Amino acid sequence: MSLLSSIKDHHTERRLFLARVILAAVVATLLLGTVVVRLVQLQVLDYEHFAERAQGNRIRIEAVPPIRGLILDRKGRVLAENLPAYQLELIPEQVDDVDDTLARLASLELINADEIPRLRTLVERGPRFKPVTLKLRMTDKEVAHFAIQRPRFPGVDFRPRLIRHYPNGPAAAHAVGYVGALSENDLRNLDPTRYSGTGQTGKTGIERSFESQLHGDPGYRHVVTNARGRVIATETGELQDALPADAQPVPGNNVYLSLDLDLQQIAYDALDGERGAVVALDPWSGEVLALVSNPSFDPNLFAVGLSTQQFNDLQNDLGNPLFDRAVRGTYPPGSTIKPILALAALEVGATNLTRKKMCIGYFSLPNNTHRYRDWKPEGHGMVDLHDSIEQSCDVYFYEISLDVGIDNMHKYLDQFGLGQATGIDVPGEKTGINPSREWKQKAFSNPDDRRWFHGETVIASIGQGYMSATPLQLASAAATLATRGSRYKPHLVAAWENPLSGERTLVKPSLIADVDIKNEFYWENVIEAMHDVLQGARGTARAAGIDADYEMAGKSGTAQVFTVAQEDEYDESEIEYRMRDHALFVAFAPLDNPQIAVAVIVENGSSGSRVAAPIARAIMDKYLGVDDASQ
Amino acid sequence: MRLNDTQRIVGNKAAPLSDFARLMRGLHIDGPLLGLLLLICAFGLAVLYSAVGESMRLTMNQLIRVGVAFAAMLVVAQVPPDVMRRWTPWAYAGGLVLLVLVLTTGVVGQGARRWLDLGIRFQPSEIMKLAVPMMGAWYLHHRPIPPRASHLLFLFGIIAAPTLLIAKQPDLGTALLIAASGLIVIVLAGLPIRFMVALMLAAIPGAFVLWNFMQDYQKQRVLTLLNPDSDPLGAGYNIIQSKIAIGSGGLFGKGWTNGSQAQLEFLPERDTDFIFAVLAEEFGLLGVLTLLSLYILVIGRGLYIAVQARDTFSRLLAGSISLTFFVYVFVNTAMVSGLVPVVGVPLPLVSFGGTSMVTLMAGFGILMSIHSHRKLLPH
Repeated sequence: MSLLSSIKDHHTERRLFLARVILAAVVATLLLGTVVVRLVQLQVLDYEHFAERAQGNRIRIEAVPPIRGLILDRKGRVLAENLPAYQLELIPEQVDDVDDTLARLASLELINADEIPRLRTLVERGPRFKPVTLKLRMTDKEVAHFAIQRPRFPGVDFRPRLIRHYPNGPAAAHAVGYVGALSENDLRNLDPTRYSGTGQTGKTGIERSFESQLHGDPGYRHVVTNARGRVIATETGELQDALPADAQPVPGNNVYLSLDLDLQQIAYDALDGERGAVVALDPWSGEVLALVSNPSFDPNLFAVGLSTQQFNDLQNDLGNPLFDRAVRGTYPPGSTIKPILALAALEVGATNLTRKKMCIGYFSLPNNTHRYRDWKPEGHGMVDLHDSIEQSCDVYFYEISLDVGIDNMHKYLDQFGLGQATGIDVPGEKTGINPSREWKQKAFSNPDDRRWFHGETVIASIGQGYMSATPLQLASAAATLATRGSRYKPHLVAAWENPLSGERTLVKPSLIADVDIKNEFYWENVIEAMHDVLQGARGTARAAGIDADYEMAGKSGTAQVFTVAQEDEYDESEIEYRMRDHALFVAFAPLDNPQIAVAVIVENGSSGSRVAAPIARAIMDKYLGVDDASQ
Repeated sequence: MRLNDTQRIVGNKAAPLSDFARLMRGLHIDGPLLGLLLLICAFGLAVLYSAVGESMRLTMNQLIRVGVAFAAMLVVAQVPPDVMRRWTPWAYAGGLVLLVLVLTTGVVGQGARRWLDLGIRFQPSEIMKLAVPMMGAWYLHHRPIPPRASHLLFLFGIIAAPTLLIAKQPDLGTALLIAASGLIVIVLAGLPIRFMVALMLAAIPGAFVLWNFMQDYQKQRVLTLLNPDSDPLGAGYNIIQSKIAIGSGGLFGKGWTNGSQAQLEFLPERDTDFIFAVLAEEFGLLGVLTLLSLYILVIGRGLYIAVQARDTFSRLLAGSISLTFFVYVFVNTAMVSGLVPVVGVPLPLVSFGGTSMVTLMAGFGILMSIHSHRKLLPH
């Protein structure tokens, strides 16, 4: 190193360095000179222009919200639309005393007094120039009333807006969902630029899951405002000429659902006065034809903005109307899973089509006195597999349950979609439980509880015990029986359409799984037994299958209710009612060329074949009848 | 020239010193530089007070940061340049290791992986802001000046490694600044003019490569610069509002805490990257030129110290620190006034925030050390 340094020419080096520093200083001066020239340009030459833009008559960029896409059913009937209405707005930067203004508006009964704290927060949180919506829909009388008072309220004004409207009200409320005012949480998750003019966003159902399709893109316009910020109309004049070009908003896409409003309405009417759910699917595509949960609610309340009192009433209603039973309610599937277990039993060789068992009304495990009872106390006598589906004999399934085994039960129920999300395009679906040894290991902490017991296999064979499923899952399983083993992902949205170009994007059916049972003979025999449930001589639901001009298949189910939720307050007769069994029915039709699969649940309906089956029948009649007529 | 210096220094020593001057000398403080920096920070705090909406709490926070930064400067000034030089390779290597750690185990924030959590969160790229020019100067210290082609290649490697690591975080603004601080060392060391021309020509295809390297939001910023009115609510909003703020300030400004653009929150990031627009709106062209003059004096003093330095390492390092400071000032002011695309570079010593200020002041500490530890005769 010392050698190297000795050959350095320090004098030359210093001269070179000095030259480079001077060069750098010159370049730096030139660059900084550019900035100074730029500042002189902005602050001296263009001062007037910028001063005008900043102060006094100010150009404001105002977002123009896009028109939200429509939601329509499979025949183009409107489920969600936009109607004009006047809304009351406040622009924070134009109001000197927000508290006083809100108090005076409340005294005129234009806003609710107990809303004031919430509105105040909104005013304080948002940008000062952005209007805050005080009331979403003003009545004609309120508009007239305020128009007279308007000079006393600088910074408050009413403005025409489009309000979301659901013409069918509660009938499709859970499936379509509703929009509501943008919350602070929404604002954190959404792109503020896209929502700069938007006051509402989808909260549930399709309105939420297809928000990005429905919303559209905002446009903007430049408006001239006076010192108070109020927009001044300027048809001509220099200011107007100097405005940059505006941009039109791009409307949101129209979303077509596979839902059939007629079916939806029939199912909704059929559940009138009951708590329950109906799901109907097209087995070969997974298209949802009906998705009903009852009791329901009026989604228009949310679109207009409901008061705290209204919201609390909905929340505290014992019928739990906001809860979407169709995709979120989990129920013991009961006997509705017997066809699946019959297939599994045949496939694994636990029984065959001719083997008979004696049903004496109960079943006991070897060396155990506990009686697992049949629903029919006197028993069904000698029954084979076909009989035990047709008449829903429990003992036959108890008898073969240990030969099938919980592992196989789990395996085949899994292939029919139990215990897993169906992947439907509305948010919040529950998975239910398809119990297995592994599941029990995870679900319990106490080592004694984590073992799987034979008795649990026995009751699993009639869909009781730990097992639970949503109505949607049961409909999907019925659809999978209908297709003889092809399970398609259920979906509500069939297509979306660009309203400007008319271009449509279709949602393609998506095959999730093929059931691993290849013997057609098994399928046809089990489905024949399901046919006899409705249209056989001794079928449990033969009353519901009577006089049909097409062939159908179905299976009733009854699910025991073990507990009534503790926190709810019921009187004694109510408790007795709420301990009644849930009624279930799954069905599909026509037998050879299935076009529809249905699942019906009526909470505390007691009898699947008597209460739930007629609803399924009515829906299939309507769907098959209407389609025949139109073709 | 050397003889003159000797005489002056000897003469200075012989002349009686005031108590204050003796104290400053004892603490290795450069009086003019300290005075200028204090003026800038005082002015900066006043602007910041307005930019944070007259919040005394936030202003005091910043005052504490300024205090810490000055303390860092004072500590660094005590370290003789020779010691710094010996530490340089370790600092550089350590910095590289930390940068790799950031990419593997760093904390993610604002879509980038820039922080390390070692009790306190910090950005290792801050170390590199000083370590890269130091390493360049260290490498050239014992080598012939102007550097040979093979040495140049090695130097580019020294710069490229941290630059690429930081660009990957991604933090393109810091990466470009660090690359600049290294390149400045090479230019000051006498990179032949034809090399510079070749580099600039190479920058044209390089820009296309960079374009592909950039994130979508960064591309958007470049496009926005070319036509801010294309998206006035989105990407163009910052720059439009910033220009309105600056322009409407006029010659004398709207007065302290009276800028409508800043106070009514039209101006985004008014207390950080866009604080220059607050200054321009409230103090006008006059205020802006005052601050720029202070900056120029700081840079001038730094270059003077560089020219006076006694060895290659000190000279190159002092020159690079001073000119990098200029790059900060230029990029921020040019960005805020709409001359270059928006890159996240704060206005030095004025923008809200602590880490970068500590690094900057440590750099000035190095300048002071170099100046106050000058030996009578080199080697």
